[in-house]
Amino acid sequence: MSHAPLLKRLVLICLGMFAFAFALVPLYDVFCDVTGLNGKPSLEQAKQSTSINEAREVDVSFTTHAQSGAPFTVQSAEYSVAVKPGAMREVVFKAKNLSNEDKVMQAVPSVSPGKAAKYLHKMACFCFDQQPLKAGEEVEFKLLFYVDTELPDDVEELTLSYTVFDISSQLVASN
Amino acid sequence: MSSVTQQHDNTAADHDDGHHHPAKGFKRWLFTTNHKDIGSLYLIFSLTMFLIGGAMAMVIRAELFQPGLQLVEPHFFNQMTTVHGLIMVFGAVMPAFTGLANWMVPLMIGAPDMALPRMNNWSFWILPFAFLILLASLFMPGGGPAFGWTFYAPLSTTYSNDNTALFVFAVHIMGISSIMGAINVIVTIVNMRAPGMTWMKLPLFVWTWLITAFLLIAVMPVLAGAVTMVLTDKYFATSFFDAAGGGDPVMFQHIFWFFGHPEVYIMILPAFGIISTIVPTFSRKKLFGYASMVYATSSIALLSFIVWAHHMFTTGMPVAAELFFMYATMLISVPTGVKVFNWVATMWRGSISFEVPMLFSIAFIVLFTLGGFSGLMLAITPADFQYHDTYFVVAHFHYVLVTGAVFSIMAGAYYWLPKWTGNMFNITLAKWHFWLSLVSVNVLFFPMHFVGLAGMPRRIPDYALQFADFNAIISLGGFAFGLSQLLFVVVVFKCARGGNKVPAKVWDGAEGLEWEVDSPAPYHTFETPPEIK
Repeated sequence: MSHAPLLKRLVLICLGMFAFAFALVPLYDVFCDVTGLNGKPSLEQAKQSTSINEAREVDVSFTTHAQSGAPFTVQSAEYSVAVKPGAMREVVFKAKNLSNEDKVMQAVPSVSPGKAAKYLHKMACFCFDQQPLKAGEEVEFKLLFYVDTELPDDVEELTLSYTVFDISSQLVASN
Repeated sequence: MSSVTQQHDNTAADHDDGHHHPAKGFKRWLFTTNHKDIGSLYLIFSLTMFLIGGAMAMVIRAELFQPGLQLVEPHFFNQMTTVHGLIMVFGAVMPAFTGLANWMVPLMIGAPDMALPRMNNWSFWILPFAFLILLASLFMPGGGPAFGWTFYAPLSTTYSNDNTALFVFAVHIMGISSIMGAINVIVTIVNMRAPGMTWMKLPLFVWTWLITAFLLIAVMPVLAGAVTMVLTDKYFATSFFDAAGGGDPVMFQHIFWFFGHPEVYIMILPAFGIISTIVPTFSRKKLFGYASMVYATSSIALLSFIVWAHHMFTTGMPVAAELFFMYATMLISVPTGVKVFNWVATMWRGSISFEVPMLFSIAFIVLFTLGGFSGLMLAITPADFQYHDTYFVVAHFHYVLVTGAVFSIMAGAYYWLPKWTGNMFNITLAKWHFWLSLVSVNVLFFPMHFVGLAGMPRRIPDYALQFADFNAIISLGGFAFGLSQLLFVVVVFKCARGGNKVPAKVWDGAEGLEWEVDSPAPYHTFETPPEIK
């Protein structure tokens, strides 16, 4: 009996599973997107909201922290704001480069509770882009967002958290 | 079936072309394509790795003998826990099972050799280099891998030195070796069974290995993918697991455990096969519920793909997902329970005798079940928040891996050693090995449950004072267990050198084709396929 046909099939399975490991990366994002499981909010600019729910009010709090070693402070002007679902809201963040070198920062947002992530829409956010900051420079960033009117009723408050990374060295590496 | 016969003729013709006698000296082992030689190589390699990994465990236990830092730096301690795990999983347990498969699968199905003998030679001989690379990394500046055998990102990407590169290449080679071994086992079992050996007549060791081999080719490539991503994240500026670049460190855990959980069953399913072979022999009864054993093994293998996130209950999954993984995990205890009850039912009213392989098998059944129960406790999501990353977890997986997988390998080694060497081993010494191992392994691992439940974290070189007494006891058990294994080396060595000659059928209750060939098994067996009744 020739072993070649079975051997070929088994090797194909192996190659397929190796590819599958890499396919898990986009699949993971799609799965999280669809289910909103891990609090990963969208990094795309959202559409304008069309209606406002005047009857309801939700508390949105902000927290930021710099990844260890990242020489930045980022602070929101307000600790927490009350918003009506559908209504646009602007919040100012003050960011500062604490080092004496030019740096590039990237903020990565996350929403808690995780299931509320897909109901928080950002129209403008400093997290959409890499932000170059000169040595010691202090800038103001604007976050423009609204909460979806479809937000489940049991969510009364949500937290938008930013982790700030120093990506200057990675940019050098890839250039 | 004529094609099968013809193929055997071809094999016989090959051997007449000057391959009839093994070459002399080292070349015999380097160039061998004989399944028995390669099986022996795997087993000797695995025993060596077992001793090296064991020595690392001794370092860990010596440091933990007393609270405070005495013997080694915390960073070196972390390297010991990491490399101990990697060596025991990939160097000791998996090659031991592959060695047993090489030796026994062709004998059990009446085939003259493995289907792909040259690939078989390769799959063994790349393995020593993988572990040479891994062990060499311990001597590089900054030390070897210290991120745990699970190499979670970012520990293995951002926070490690260049040992990550060596680690990744070592794992690649181990993976390729396992995949080639698994492919060989599948092709052998599917294509080379003796005429009349239908699927439901396959010995259970062959069945469990077939299923294990499919698990291997399904998940080892995923592991290869995971280490490749770690490598490119560290050296080629990708961001699979780096949140700053849009990646996600939690995704590493998903990918790793998608490999990792089936891997757990890769290390236990062949053990089930060995126990299902030995228990009927010494109970002098047929195995109770053969078909249910086959189905149970298959369902365990299938379920193993949908339970991975029970390793990650504390990563902040939503309740729905935690419930799903909790129930799916608990479901596995059903087919596992079927197996345990079948073994007990096989022994029920049998005329049992307590030869050394049977002693190890009975210890396996009792202690593996105990490890299964602590696994059930860990499966309960809210309880897991308390147990996660404590010594309770360490106790759990050592019960299933040491008194489970390793005990089954010992049982198999004692069961087939007379067949391999033609000599009976020194029974008195072997019984000493068993009883010393049995007592010391429980002194070693049982108190870990208590310190774990009381909150002692794993992978830490120091601990709070209230754990001191238990840790001293655990360490004493550890040293005793480690020394007891030297007895095993002595027994194997003496048995290979000589001893009382044994007949073809070594154990009077044994069944199967492997007992129809002489002891020691001749270099070439079943060149004409046997008759299956």
